Amino acid sequence: MEVVLGHYNYWVVIFLMMTGFYTVISRGNLVKKIIGLNIFQVSVFILYISISTVENGTTPILKEGFEVYSNPLPHVLILTAIVVGVATTALALALVVRIKEAYGTIEEDEIHQRDHSL
Amino acid sequence: MSGLQGHLSLLLVVIPLIAAPIVAVLPRGRLPWAGTLLVTAVCAVLAGMQLWSVVHDGVISYELGGWAPPWGIEYRIDAVNAFVALIVAGIAAITLPYALLSVEKEIPEEQVPLFYASFLLCLCGLLGITQTGDIFNVFVFLEISSLSSYALVSLGRKRQALTSAYQYLVMGTIGATFFLIGVGLIYSQTGTLNIADLAERLPAVFDHKTVHTGFAFIVVGVALKLALFPLHLWLPNAYTYAPTVVTIFLAATATKVALYLMLRVLFTVFPNNFALGTPTFDLFVISGIAAILIASVYAIYQMDVKRLLAYSSVAQIGYMALGIGFASAMGVTAALLHLFNHALMKGALFMAVGAIIYRVGSCRMDNIHGLGRRMPWTFGAIIIGGLSLVGVPGTAGFISKWYLILAALEQQAWISVAVILAGSLLAVVYVGKMIEALYFKPASEANQSLKEAPLLLVIPTWILALSNLYFGLNTELTVGVAERAAEVLGATGL
Repeated sequence: MEVVLGHYNYWVVIFLMMTGFYTVISRGNLVKKIIGLNIFQVSVFILYISISTVENGTTPILKEGFEVYSNPLPHVLILTAIVVGVATTALALALVVRIKEAYGTIEEDEIHQRDHSL
Repeated sequence: MSGLQGHLSLLLVVIPLIAAPIVAVLPRGRLPWAGTLLVTAVCAVLAGMQLWSVVHDGVISYELGGWAPPWGIEYRIDAVNAFVALIVAGIAAITLPYALLSVEKEIPEEQVPLFYASFLLCLCGLLGITQTGDIFNVFVFLEISSLSSYALVSLGRKRQALTSAYQYLVMGTIGATFFLIGVGLIYSQTGTLNIADLAERLPAVFDHKTVHTGFAFIVVGVALKLALFPLHLWLPNAYTYAPTVVTIFLAATATKVALYLMLRVLFTVFPNNFALGTPTFDLFVISGIAAILIASVYAIYQMDVKRLLAYSSVAQIGYMALGIGFASAMGVTAALLHLFNHALMKGALFMAVGAIIYRVGSCRMDNIHGLGRRMPWTFGAIIIGGLSLVGVPGTAGFISKWYLILAALEQQAWISVAVILAGSLLAVVYVGKMIEALYFKPASEANQSLKEAPLLLVIPTWILALSNLYFGLNTELTVGVAERAAEVLGATGL
């Protein structure tokens, strides 16, 4: 029980990670794949944020009366990773729009039928 | 160290980064090209100066914004990075003169400034990965180079370019995210992101499962970017449908930088032979052998020359993986040598094929019959590049295969020796197939009237083709640097 409850943040991360990863692999719809990719990335954001937590620590803002702070570095790292994630999603969606214009569909198997490219 | 010299390492990354948005807003015409040419030439010179300075004065440590490492981001340049950075900047500088005509032909006019902007961002990302000494910074640059290369691949003329770019994006993002997970896990154990600092702190926690998991995530993530068999599925499509200039640049640099990153992770970030205690090297040998055999056979059956060369690239990456898999100083030297030599041969070959595409508009086997007689210079470059790919003595390809075989003999890995030789024979078959189509098949009527490609395409192609011969005969420079680099990586203690 200790293993399950004591590490609940990791279980959340693993669940999200596998959900996202499975969606990317199993779905044929190009937009759904991107959604899967996003869930996959978000799970990593949560992993970083949750490992930065310090027990009984507050948000890392200097204020009198508070001695223990959470580690702010992973927060900053993840801010960068979120920006990267947004850029990736934007680029992927732009590609999907172009694919829709070129093929008239965003289903992997239909695109595959048209010219065996995916 | 003062003035410009002191900031050399940073300038290499910052110049292309700042130039990219400027190039994007330049008016149409040849101005964006000229600007990019200037930037790549400057970067190549700076990278040359950096290598010289590292070889003579030792490691350069640059503190970004004056924040001392490990708190601030550090750029740490030793013989390995300086060598790889010079390859990247040098190939970019040789590709650019070639790009003018090829890009005018293949990219719609209104997209040309944006094309060059993405090209510069890609260059910035690749140089950044080599320069930085901070592992999270590596992730950021990895994504800068990847995102811009997805955009570059999608600019290909056929609609398949879009789907290949999408496929590349999905696999590339999974790879980068795996890398990020791994970095997070080792950060949680050590509390540092500086590579030199990690190397000091990690040995204390080597038996933690978290560190092993982090290591596995990082290795798999980089292997995806490296297109290590069987994680190579994005590569053939991306190389086939991307614009020619992009294929030349990515084939000669992107996978090379990923290979450099892999060596860094295996030997520097996780020091004291950590990787020897894991099945990593065995997996490298297995995947290298599979890549050499399977991808070479695939290459033989391709009907499109670009695709044939793309599969050949997967096989060549297999040779490098095999070199790393031997886990010896000789093996790493061979991998680094092949990294450099393969950049030369694939650069020359893709350039020559690009010249054919420039004239014919396609590079399908049945469209290029008899072109060898019509385009003798282009054909000559294909022959030299092809011989180098096979590993004929006197070419650069021979040198790296020679060292690879020496590394295999050192460990009495007879199967690997046989595979390296078999891979060369398979290369004879697919190179022969290109030459047969180009020279021995009678030219179709449409091809009868074709002329040699313009000089602006032929000259860069021949610079690379001749350097294949030069580095095949004069090995002092390349072998010296590769051996030194292997030493710096700490691979000699294996």
